Amino acid sequence: MVSVADTEPIARGRFARWFRRSEAAQGYALMSPALLVLIIGIAVPLIILVVMSMWTRDGFGFDMTPTIANYQRAATEPIFGTLLTRSFFVSGLATFFTVLLCYPMAYYVAFHVHRNKMLWIVLMTLPFWTSYLLRVFAWRVILGYEGVINSAFLSVGWIEAPLEFLLYSQTAVIITLAHAWAAFAILPLYVSLEKIDKSLLEAATDLGDGPFKRFMRITLPLSMPGVISACFLIFIPTTGDYITPALLGGPDGVMIGNLIQLQFGPVNNWPMGSALSIVLMAWIAALALVFLFLTRKAKDHLA
Amino acid sequence: MKDGTYIQQPNRGLQVYAIVFLIVLYLPVLFIPLFSFNDSIYVRFPMQGFTFNWYVDLWTRDTVWAALKNSLTVGLWVSVISTGLGGVAARAITRYRMPGQSAIITLAMLPLIVPGVIFGVALLVLVSRLGIPLSLYTVGFGHLIICLPFAIATLLPRFEGFDRSMEEASADLGETGWWTFWRVTFPMVAPGIVASLLLTFTISFDEFIMTFFLSGTDTTLPIYIWTQLRFPREFPAVLALSTIILALSFVMVFVALWVGRLGVVSDQVQATIEGN
Repeated sequence: MVSVADTEPIARGRFARWFRRSEAAQGYALMSPALLVLIIGIAVPLIILVVMSMWTRDGFGFDMTPTIANYQRAATEPIFGTLLTRSFFVSGLATFFTVLLCYPMAYYVAFHVHRNKMLWIVLMTLPFWTSYLLRVFAWRVILGYEGVINSAFLSVGWIEAPLEFLLYSQTAVIITLAHAWAAFAILPLYVSLEKIDKSLLEAATDLGDGPFKRFMRITLPLSMPGVISACFLIFIPTTGDYITPALLGGPDGVMIGNLIQLQFGPVNNWPMGSALSIVLMAWIAALALVFLFLTRKAKDHLA
Repeated sequence: MKDGTYIQQPNRGLQVYAIVFLIVLYLPVLFIPLFSFNDSIYVRFPMQGFTFNWYVDLWTRDTVWAALKNSLTVGLWVSVISTGLGGVAARAITRYRMPGQSAIITLAMLPLIVPGVIFGVALLVLVSRLGIPLSLYTVGFGHLIICLPFAIATLLPRFEGFDRSMEEASADLGETGWWTFWRVTFPMVAPGIVASLLLTFTISFDEFIMTFFLSGTDTTLPIYIWTQLRFPREFPAVLALSTIILALSFVMVFVALWVGRLGVVSDQVQATIEGN
């Protein structure tokens, strides 16, 4: 008779041998702590959010019968559609201006800076690592009713009364977002411009292209992957931004992120807030797919 | 052409643009320290005179000290844990071929792209369903999720440029696993680890939105600033506190970027987006 004690070492030995041979198993074992955090911190909460979005508020508790009532409200009540459209409009404009203004900067560092490139990159990205809250707060100091711009213009005598459109408006939100997210545009633009083979530009010049034609026919098309990633990296996170509209937006500048916070805060309708988060996620996922498709297209076009 | 190409020729217009760009990039934030020394509770020109009063005022506030202590505690723990987790993840990704690897990287990088509000409320829903009270632990866990992608992105290039033959040589020469790690592996990835520690600490120290949803009665400095913003009287004190935080962040991040040569982070992010 074979006792348990006899078989165990063999089994263990077999497992150990399999484990040693399987790269995937070793890799997963090594990264299991990180994986666990990712699952508990990202995957599970998002799943629970989906589940809760199908509940309804019931006094201070929840009615857990699955329903799509929240999504129906999100689709039919004008306030939700308006805020979603406005969020896309505001962050779309902010994205456009950021990329437009950062492109020449990235171009300059990629083509015209030869010494201390690293220093330039650090200088351009340094502010991005400091507190987002404080960078937004700085704009409030500048754009405020009695802020830097208004008080400076008043004391110089350029204006008679403070410019009211500066603070608490969509303009204020767009300016602040464009400024705060500049690093997200500069890095991908710089990387794609830096990759361009300089001999192509020389060839174009030798064949008679002027600077403008050379830029339109070679530099710009070859940097399109960078432009697309820059748009993606700014547009997606800013649509759900909370701080900037809350500090600078006023009633006209409220965006979807603020509405979601309201549902979890003062309004206290968590299921509705979950549904709005999922709607925003779905839009983001759809847009991400479009961006991916465009990137592939741009790459195929170049290849 | 004599020296290489026309590309080498300086372009005055672009040069001016680049300098104006850098000034505009830094100028808004510089108004915060400027007005923090202004002897008036109004933030407006003309300025009234120089004072340190707002800093002295901060020094005497117990709530500020408590918030600072919370921020430091959370920041230290989060930076160490996220760098540790990022380290094992980066090592596993570069050392072993695993199915589903790109899916894991995408999952880890999600917090870089998805708006913070969504992760904030999602974690809030999770902890409240589990009946966990809001505290600095929930704040720390939220920060961990935000910091992990930065830790991985900082460490991956270090592990990727890693020459495995060095480790093999060490093992062949009779070193044990631990000694090989300590004397060969660790020194090679150390700059990445230092950069990751500094960056994740700064991100945690400055983090607002996750803390906003996940903090209980104990708050961090950014939340303290947020609550004070409602009172116009407190504006100068907020400016003084912001100045200190900004100065600290600038120094730490400058060192981190310099040590870690962070230009590569964008490559990583871009590669993730493009699904490579």
